[in-house]
Amino acid sequence: MRSPFPFSAIVGQDEMKLALLIAAVDARVGGVMVFGDRGTGKSTAVRALAALLPPVPAGQVGYHAEGAAPAKGKAAVPFVDLPLGATEDRVVGALDLERALGAGVKAFEPGLLARANGGFLYIDEINLLEDHIVDLLLDVAASGENLVEREGLSVRHPARFVLIGSGNPEEGELRPQLLDRFGLSVEVRTPQAIADRVEILKRCDAFERDPAGFAQGWAAQEKKTLKRIARGRDLVGKVEMPDSILSRAARLCSAVGADGLRGELTLMRAARALAALEGAKVVADAHLDRVAALALRHRLRRNPLDDTGSTARIERAMGELAAA
Amino acid sequence: MSGAGDPAPDVLGDALLAMALLRIDPLLGGVVLRGDGPARDRVVETIGAARTLPRNVDVDRLVGGLDLGATLALGRPVAQSGLLAQADGGAVLLPGAERTDDVVVSALCAALDSGMVVAERDGLSRRDAARFVVVALDDGIEDEAVAAPLAERLAFRFDLEGAGDGLPPACDMSAAATQAIIDEVQIEAIASVASALGIDSMRAQLFAVRAALALARLEGRDAVSDGDVTVAARLVLAPRATRLPQPDAAEEDEAPEPSPPSDAPGDEPQGEPRQLDDVVLEAVLAALPPDMLAAIAQGSARAAATRARGKGEKRRSPTRGRPVGTRSGVPRGGLRLSLIDTLRAAAPWQRLRGREDARIRIRKDDLRIRRFESRAEATTIFAVDASGSSALARLAEAKGAVELMLAEAYVKRAQVALVAFRGEGAELLLPPTRSLARARRALAELPGGGGTPIAAGLTLARELAEAAVARGRTAFVVVLSDGRANVALAGGPRGAAQGDAQAAAQAIGAAGIDGAFVDISARPRAEGAALAGAMRARYLPLPRADARAMHAAVREAMPK
Repeated sequence: MRSPFPFSAIVGQDEMKLALLIAAVDARVGGVMVFGDRGTGKSTAVRALAALLPPVPAGQVGYHAEGAAPAKGKAAVPFVDLPLGATEDRVVGALDLERALGAGVKAFEPGLLARANGGFLYIDEINLLEDHIVDLLLDVAASGENLVEREGLSVRHPARFVLIGSGNPEEGELRPQLLDRFGLSVEVRTPQAIADRVEILKRCDAFERDPAGFAQGWAAQEKKTLKRIARGRDLVGKVEMPDSILSRAARLCSAVGADGLRGELTLMRAARALAALEGAKVVADAHLDRVAALALRHRLRRNPLDDTGSTARIERAMGELAAA
Repeated sequence: MSGAGDPAPDVLGDALLAMALLRIDPLLGGVVLRGDGPARDRVVETIGAARTLPRNVDVDRLVGGLDLGATLALGRPVAQSGLLAQADGGAVLLPGAERTDDVVVSALCAALDSGMVVAERDGLSRRDAARFVVVALDDGIEDEAVAAPLAERLAFRFDLEGAGDGLPPACDMSAAATQAIIDEVQIEAIASVASALGIDSMRAQLFAVRAALALARLEGRDAVSDGDVTVAARLVLAPRATRLPQPDAAEEDEAPEPSPPSDAPGDEPQGEPRQLDDVVLEAVLAALPPDMLAAIAQGSARAAATRARGKGEKRRSPTRGRPVGTRSGVPRGGLRLSLIDTLRAAAPWQRLRGREDARIRIRKDDLRIRRFESRAEATTIFAVDASGSSALARLAEAKGAVELMLAEAYVKRAQVALVAFRGEGAELLLPPTRSLARARRALAELPGGGGTPIAAGLTLARELAEAAVARGRTAFVVVLSDGRANVALAGGPRGAAQGDAQAAAQAIGAAGIDGAFVDISARPRAEGAALAGAMRARYLPLPRADARAMHAAVREAMPK
């Protein structure tokens, strides 16, 4: 496997990077859905994030069989790729066939959901994922645990993960129930400025030529980002949320008609994570405003006869809030 | 050998050159070869070691799965690598590429991106190296193209239809260099030419850089020449052009009078690089086939958008349906065994059944078969009367209804297509799609006014429906019109219009295609009901219908 392209070396795409960093700071924000045209570097950015996650106590991640000795030390945050065409048994886990047939032992072989516990589950081209797998993911994402009842097995294990999806809206819509599961949603486009495009081509060329050397050149930058994330994670529980921010969030949600409480909650959590990421101890209006489009644009009620894009509607509402 | 800077060679020569570049740098992904004929055979011959993928290949054969024979013989699960892993270091040949299953396309794309094939299925978790070149054969049937995500990941595409099959000298690879470098001016030229031609994908631009490097290496040079950049742009960027360069960076509305394009230096703040841009751009424009040039020059953004985006979205659903897990049952009558689930079902009982050797004791009630969604996927075709007799307001409501249908289409995996008829004929505004984004774009440009050629609209709708049925889908035609035709087929007399419409409606009924006729006239008269009768469709007079009412009525009329 080739070493991933460094996150810090990605040109532009600030909104996508911001959303991924926020999700890395606070998993409770919910997943990130990245929509974009082909060739915009969606999966490059998502895969690059995996290298930036500070290690966590081993007991908090992955699968631990009942009765097994508690895990010690630190472990890398899991980052699991769910390939299209994955079958149900590998996603939720199943009877370990090798041991069942070989030794006659009934053992559980954990699946991808178990492996992703405490970390990230990434699905590229999520809009092409088979419906019955989507249904499974929705159930587990809602409850935070995976319940397996098959082949005489009865297993229950924690499966809390941040769902990251990417897809091209031209290939088909995402089911609304699934879209709702994502805390943040990003729309990426190719940079239009020629200077940016040239910079992208140059960096990709340099990376192809010498991946290790290129990564070395960005190592200091990557380390800085990793530290920001680690500090943000420590800080996020302590960041203060003034009442004025809560009421601003509520007014914004009602102004744009974002359905349900989930929008408001995500908006506040994302603002707090952003504050923590930047080392602020108190959430400010600016934090909230910068995450508003990310947290709300996929929750607006659809009006087929109004062509105004969701992002524009949110910006308009924010402008009105500022004027009020 | 067609080297850098030579005048543009024929398409066969270019295709053979591309094949040589793919051997130099497999990360160029591959090539789409359109058109059936001796020229294509000639190109395919140069691939070397290739695995052929039948287009309905099973996913487990593709990415790897259980080896049935070995598993049963040894009494323990034995894995088997898939075709993609077996193609590592070589090529994958994809005949009938325009009809390849979504699942196969996705697997190919993932492998092209990562150089690996990852399988999480049938109790196995495998990662195999899979770096290969894809040669996609597109048989060039009207209106079908290789799936966009796959075409995007293949650097080259050639239309060899009618290309001569003369024998250009084969490329000599003996002098090839292992490394080459490209300078900044050359990279800038590629970026600005791509931008001038409306190519947004960074992948396409990266392919152009790679192709330039490979061209230099092919000739044993360690630096890219400007000629290499020109040839690379012609090979990679030309077929992806979606617009012609704007004569000036200023907005097109401003141009006071037509002036010859870009003789004056552009207002980009670069001096030298501009010149290479111009040379490269000129070479690309010279290489564009005349019909494409005409299509792009016709000017409207829409022509460009449909060229770039419209291609490839038309993929069939697998006729076997979507897999939805397994159930117990006996594999016969086309039902297929799920080995892994059968073994899992049998495993707990082995000791009880007295197993002592490697042979697994399987009983009939252990057998599991794969379930596929039996419900055929639906294609709903809207034929919308956009003529003067239908008020613009009604058109807006019809658009709303179509979008509401689409908004719930994902859940049902339904596709929607849109035909508009007005003036002299009918136009396919939206080929069958599940994408709301595309539908919105098509609907935004739905024009209104002119005569009412109902016959043309119904005929096009029927053709779409029949094509959908031929692909194993169910089709449903919704006509939104007042039913009063005044334009006959193919320039016939006006008096024939209603008769033609009636005949076209009858043809839909005779083809056994379900439908609904929504009469949107303010005071419904007999014509609408008569057409609905001929179509054998539900007649829904909705004089004051808004988008929601229309949507609800159509949904009601659809087969459950």
